[in-house]
Amino acid sequence: MRAPVRVEVENVRLAFGATEVLRGIDLAIAPGEFFALLGPSGCGKSTLLRLIAGFNQAQSGRVLIGGEDVTRLAPWQRNVGMVFQSYALWPHLTVGENVAFGLEERRRPRAEIRRRVADALALVGLAELADRRPGQLSGGQQQRVALARTVAVEPRVLLLDEPLSNLDAKLRVHMRRELVELQRKLGITTLFVTHDQEEALTTCDRIAVMSEGRIVQTGSPTELYDAPATRFVAEFVGSINLLDGRLEKGIGEGTLFVSPAVGPLPVPVTDSMPGHGEVTLAFRPHGVAVAAEPSDPHRLWLAGTVAEREFLGEFVRYRVRVGGAELLADAPHLTGAPWFDPGASVQVGIDPRELRVLPA
Amino acid sequence: MSGRVSSAQAAVAGAIALFLAAFLVVPVLAVVWIAFADADGGLTLAHFGAFFGVSLLRESFWNSLYVAAASVVLASAIAVPVAYFTARFRLRGALLVQTLGVLPLVMPPFVGAVAMQLIFGRNGSVNLLLGDALGVTVPFMEGLNGVIFVEALHYFPFILLNLSAALANIDAAMEESAQNLGAHGFRLFRRVVFPLAMPGYVAGASLVFVKVFDDLGTPLVLNVTNMLAPQAYLRITSLGIEDPLGYVISVIMVGFSMLAMWLAARALRGRDYATVQRGGAAGERRRLTRAQAVLAYGWIGFVLALVLAPHLGILLLSFSKVWSYTVVPEQFTTANYATVLANSSGMIVNTLLYAGLAAGVDVVLGTAIAYLVLRTRLPGRQLLDLAATAALAIPGVVLGIGYLRLFRGVEVPWLGGPLAASWIILPIAYSVRRLPYAVRACTAALQQLHVSLEEAAESLGASRRRTLQRVVVPLMAGGILAGFVTSFITASVELSATLLLAASESLAPMSYGIYLYMQSIAGRGPGAALGVIAVAIVAAGTYASHRFMAGRSAALEGRA
Repeated sequence: MRAPVRVEVENVRLAFGATEVLRGIDLAIAPGEFFALLGPSGCGKSTLLRLIAGFNQAQSGRVLIGGEDVTRLAPWQRNVGMVFQSYALWPHLTVGENVAFGLEERRRPRAEIRRRVADALALVGLAELADRRPGQLSGGQQQRVALARTVAVEPRVLLLDEPLSNLDAKLRVHMRRELVELQRKLGITTLFVTHDQEEALTTCDRIAVMSEGRIVQTGSPTELYDAPATRFVAEFVGSINLLDGRLEKGIGEGTLFVSPAVGPLPVPVTDSMPGHGEVTLAFRPHGVAVAAEPSDPHRLWLAGTVAEREFLGEFVRYRVRVGGAELLADAPHLTGAPWFDPGASVQVGIDPRELRVLPA
Repeated sequence: MSGRVSSAQAAVAGAIALFLAAFLVVPVLAVVWIAFADADGGLTLAHFGAFFGVSLLRESFWNSLYVAAASVVLASAIAVPVAYFTARFRLRGALLVQTLGVLPLVMPPFVGAVAMQLIFGRNGSVNLLLGDALGVTVPFMEGLNGVIFVEALHYFPFILLNLSAALANIDAAMEESAQNLGAHGFRLFRRVVFPLAMPGYVAGASLVFVKVFDDLGTPLVLNVTNMLAPQAYLRITSLGIEDPLGYVISVIMVGFSMLAMWLAARALRGRDYATVQRGGAAGERRRLTRAQAVLAYGWIGFVLALVLAPHLGILLLSFSKVWSYTVVPEQFTTANYATVLANSSGMIVNTLLYAGLAAGVDVVLGTAIAYLVLRTRLPGRQLLDLAATAALAIPGVVLGIGYLRLFRGVEVPWLGGPLAASWIILPIAYSVRRLPYAVRACTAALQQLHVSLEEAAESLGASRRRTLQRVVVPLMAGGILAGFVTSFITASVELSATLLLAASESLAPMSYGIYLYMQSIAGRGPGAALGVIAVAIVAAGTYASHRFMAGRSAALEGRA
């Protein structure tokens, strides 16, 4: 196996007509890294992936693979493996012929092709299906053939375009794990495009969150979850409560967060926090407790009314109306713990350690 | 869709079955029966033995096969590059394909054939120019070459349109994944694109084979008689309706047409690659390199020039006093049009009447058959569809012979004569021959109509009949109109059944008139004028339907 390579994207811009799709993308993916491009549909993530594969041409900027500038190379000259969202298995060829295709295009000797097709199919656990037609396979099997077809040519980089989106929920989780396992086994630098934050958080080493043609934040899954840099990232990765307001100097050492919706809240000062001005206060539902009366004195307690209750298995999620805002609060589901009904008056307690202050 | 079969459905199906039996199945079976019957009414292969004993007929058999196969090859050579270029590269593609796809079809091949003689014949424009410039001439139009050339140029749109549709239906990811794995250029086309578009190609190519194999007018106009259709026609018209060899030829023609269609269907079985998948998208058209652009535009320009040649030729001829041994006519006149309007305006009226009647019958039958097949559980409904489609494999000559044989003694009281000699037999023959087009158009329209739209109407209280009236037919209107227009324009230029069934000149349509005029050198001018009028009618109908369809689809998608 060849040593994994670095993938670099430098200041790439791309417009289709008047529509700017990529507005200056910079990206550096370490050799062997499993890297996700995460964002809502239309954010440019698939366009960026296709650009790396050579199907889109940048108006400016460069793409480097293993230090080599591939910006002007045609798709068939790049040796970059892409797995398509639709799998794109050719229906007129058998599974084995599909997998052999790339090796034949590379004019490998017949014996080598036979061996590598068998190896690739064995790798995805479909050795016995080589003579079937793609139309005779299930969605999960087709997905595996598409993977085998791509890795059979030993590409320098593996590109996955929403590879799990055509599978049903259970299979998706299963294939997700197989994908991670395969990537670890091959050690190949991998780019994974998805709009599903759970998929990205569970599989990838690092994630770049994209919005409107830009990368808004790059980091490990925990960095993105615990320290979102912007309101967009905070909302896109996991569930979160957001309150708009301003920071003001409080009495003594404290800082006050004043929001029109819930009134003033004393917040702890951190170094990275702006001293004053318009901000957004963000905190995850698991940092909010629900109780009949304020209990833990370290929390910031607010009075509210239960608007809605959802049972999600491990916990109960309350939507509590507090002043002019609605806050999500997750109460662990402990056997015997009482549930609050919609309409009940409750106290919500925010853990101040969970508070993040984001630019408005 | 409920499982209940109503008596109304059964009655409609019965009426259609009766029509198809009387005017398609029984006449064809009569032809087949006579081909295999001996003098005492027993079965015999003697007539077939006699057929292969006549060297002219053996030669005709091989010639017909050769011409049909060679026409498919030539038509493919014209159509495949055009379809590929326009589907995959950034050219003014849509417009070109539409133009190239319609222009040749609006000119019936037997009309174009005369113009092609004048342009590509031994003393035609091109050879006169070639002779002057290089001292060589090319036998484009000599013997069978001429038939192949004219037929390929007329029928290549069938391949072009089917192949273009198939190419448009290939998921872009299918090609991109091949490029991603290292394939490009001609290998990409050979290994991935063409195999995936194969169903469209085979559908088009088999249609070309059948149409050419069955065509009577083109060889007759080009004076080529050593082919099957002309032989059948000449034997029946000169030796009489009793000559058994005419029937043997008919059976062979029907047999080969059916064989070609069956082979095509078999080759396509299990190859319905609906490759546009979830998450798939139509591909971006690639930019051409300079060399590719020269090649592509060059080829398309060349094809366009070929396609326009007969149109231009017939137009020049219609305005010319004489045109022979010159590159273009030397004296122009409008006298030909005056002659035609004075002598043959009845034929124009006849054409509009017959083709209109035939197309009307076709869309009524087509809509009914589509509805019975797709929306009811009536037993035997597939048979109606099969019978209607089988008409595609019945050459006009064969249908004509069958009608002459079967209906010569059938007196219809209010027609005052035998059915076979009355004008009504022509619209009947046209409607049977064009029914497959109408059935296909109506079926496609109904297939696109999701059954839940009807179920919604029914659950809101509309009866089956009211649902048909208020939901199904309005939404099918585009398809029904397309069926009407296709039937109308092809019926208005139909010649092979017409030649056998037109009882007198006063009852004959334009196609017959054009053919008669073209028999003499002096008649060529007026014949061309009548041809131009026929083409104008066909073109106007096509244009109107395109406009209507475009406006309609815009309205249905809420864009208008």
